[in-house]
Amino acid sequence: METIVAKDLRKKFGKLVAVKDVSFAVQSGEIFGFLGPNGAGKSTTIKMLCTLLKPTGGRAWLAGYDVAAQPDAVRRSIGLVFQDPSLDENLTAGENLYFHAILYGIPTAERQERLGEVLRMVDLYDRRNDIVKTFSGGMKRRLEIARGLLHYPKVLFLDEPTLGLDPQTRAHIWEYIHQIRARAGMTIFLTTHYMDEAENCDRIAIIDHGELVAMDTPGELKRLVGGDLITVRSEDDEQLSARLQAAYGVTPARTPDGLRFEIDNGEEFIPRFVAAEHGHIKAISLRKPTLDDVFLKLTGREIREETLSGLDVMRERRRMRRHRTPHH
Amino acid sequence: MTGKKDFSAIYVIWLREIIRFWRDKARIITSLIQPAVWLFIVGRGLGSTFRGPVPGVDYMKFMFPGVIGMTVLFTSISSAVSIVWDREFGFLKEVLVAPVSRTAIVLGKALSGSTVAVLQGAMILLLAPLIGVALTPRSVLAALGLMFLLSFALSSTGILVAARMESMQGFQLIMNFVVMPMYFLSGAIFPLSSLPPWMKALARVDPLAYGVDGLKNVIIGVHEFSLVTDVAVILAMAAVMITGAVLLFNSEG
Ligand SMILES: Nc1ncnc2c1ncn2[C@@H]1O[C@H](COP(=O)(O)OP(=O)(O)OP(=O)(O)O)[C@@H](O)[C@H]1O
Ligand SMILES: [Mg+2]
Repeated sequence: METIVAKDLRKKFGKLVAVKDVSFAVQSGEIFGFLGPNGAGKSTTIKMLCTLLKPTGGRAWLAGYDVAAQPDAVRRSIGLVFQDPSLDENLTAGENLYFHAILYGIPTAERQERLGEVLRMVDLYDRRNDIVKTFSGGMKRRLEIARGLLHYPKVLFLDEPTLGLDPQTRAHIWEYIHQIRARAGMTIFLTTHYMDEAENCDRIAIIDHGELVAMDTPGELKRLVGGDLITVRSEDDEQLSARLQAAYGVTPARTPDGLRFEIDNGEEFIPRFVAAEHGHIKAISLRKPTLDDVFLKLTGREIREETLSGLDVMRERRRMRRHRTPHH
Repeated sequence: MTGKKDFSAIYVIWLREIIRFWRDKARIITSLIQPAVWLFIVGRGLGSTFRGPVPGVDYMKFMFPGVIGMTVLFTSISSAVSIVWDREFGFLKEVLVAPVSRTAIVLGKALSGSTVAVLQGAMILLLAPLIGVALTPRSVLAALGLMFLLSFALSSTGILVAARMESMQGFQLIMNFVVMPMYFLSGAIFPLSSLPPWMKALARVDPLAYGVDGLKNVIIGVHEFSLVTDVAVILAMAAVMITGAVLLFNSEG
């Protein structure tokens, strides 16, 4: 069954087309990842699916409800963890969840039990009476995930659930995500620009400048790269490049680490190649393709470079926020 | 509005603000300092230079209702304006994606802003004996009622403005060009009767002037308009502003 369907979804902000006629379908129970660099249009897509932004064009359905025409039914069916913090930091963890429970009409009799259940799941039960301000970034994120689950949504949206967290916490959050899916069969839609994390998804859509450039399982996407990645350094890259082209029909790219090319069955290729080169090779390495390579192949750019600067922007934003006096 | 669920939403938004207000004791104290400065420093200072603007009422007494009006004004506006920040980086985002009506959100916000403003105003009212203002249970009730009406109208206005505002800079601009003149023209610091005609005309369209006038009426027994006029103007303003705010919030996105 298809839980999320988007058809030619488009969003314009003035002249800027942030999302360009994007179409996809997410199966029920799937972990579906939206992968793309900063400003690709990931959050904008989520906001349209969650009824927070009206699409400029196209349509979308969530759990069978039209996003534009039945916003209330859609809202009841989803849980959302925003990219930016959305907890009230002057309230306790329990109070944040309690208010959520009331907003979603969870019956009084069930509230306490559900609160305990989701808090235990993210290991925050012992901290339920503490003010959120005293929590670490990872704890806040976990609390937001718990809150998103409180009303048992059909679909859980996670916008950059692990952004800015340390590797250990990131791994933890992924454990929760897999647990949720296993336990409740919930559909999970998440965005990330960590390529390694995207591997955890059943299917990935790669989005760049508002357009879907590919959509498939991580394994199939990596097959797009066309084999293993070989990086080789020699005394004369110019000549080696010519020989590679002549003998093996590959066109290597020049990188700071040497020449790089893709070839099938790299493990067997290396000994043959090194023997044929009679000692011209100074260093050679083989790497299995990653989603980074897929992104590079599809867009001609590295996602990482942009990600780094984007992350810095985010950190800057978060820091400024923390310095702002607590508003009222 | 669909009944019970929306009522719950109003309650959640209201309760959250009250808890926040109560927990932030430092802010409560700080927000009492400004009115105290006006009253005891500016009021006493000017009072020793000028005779009271109204015969038989000394300057500090004259300013007392105005300072309450000021507190209600600033508290209501700053509560409403927190929407701008809250919508991007706070709890309000979470409320906006919940299955509750925009109308309930606006009402909850206006009611919580007014409740906090009344609480702040009531604390200033406690200073009455120090100023030599004699209060009766009746005048206290009337003053609290007026404060609530006034702050509901002002909160609604603030929400209406904040609904489309994208940055806090816009708020600063509005503070300087609307809120401050509104305060000075309200009769809180000097009586309206002695003003030049153009200022008088402006004061006539300043809703705060009616609020301050009503407060003066019930607290120190001095007034420009009748209490009925004061209440009618504030009620009309509240109705227009809350309707505008609800419409604007419902048409967002
Ligand atoms: N409210 C808005 N008004 C104008 N432009 C916007 C608005 N929201 C987003 N944009 C623009 O739309 C584009 C897509 O933004 P979006 O937030 O969807 O990107 P993203 O993929 O989530 O990026 P990130 O990884 O940084 O979160 C960006 O160019 C952004 O500047
Ligand atoms: Mg984003």
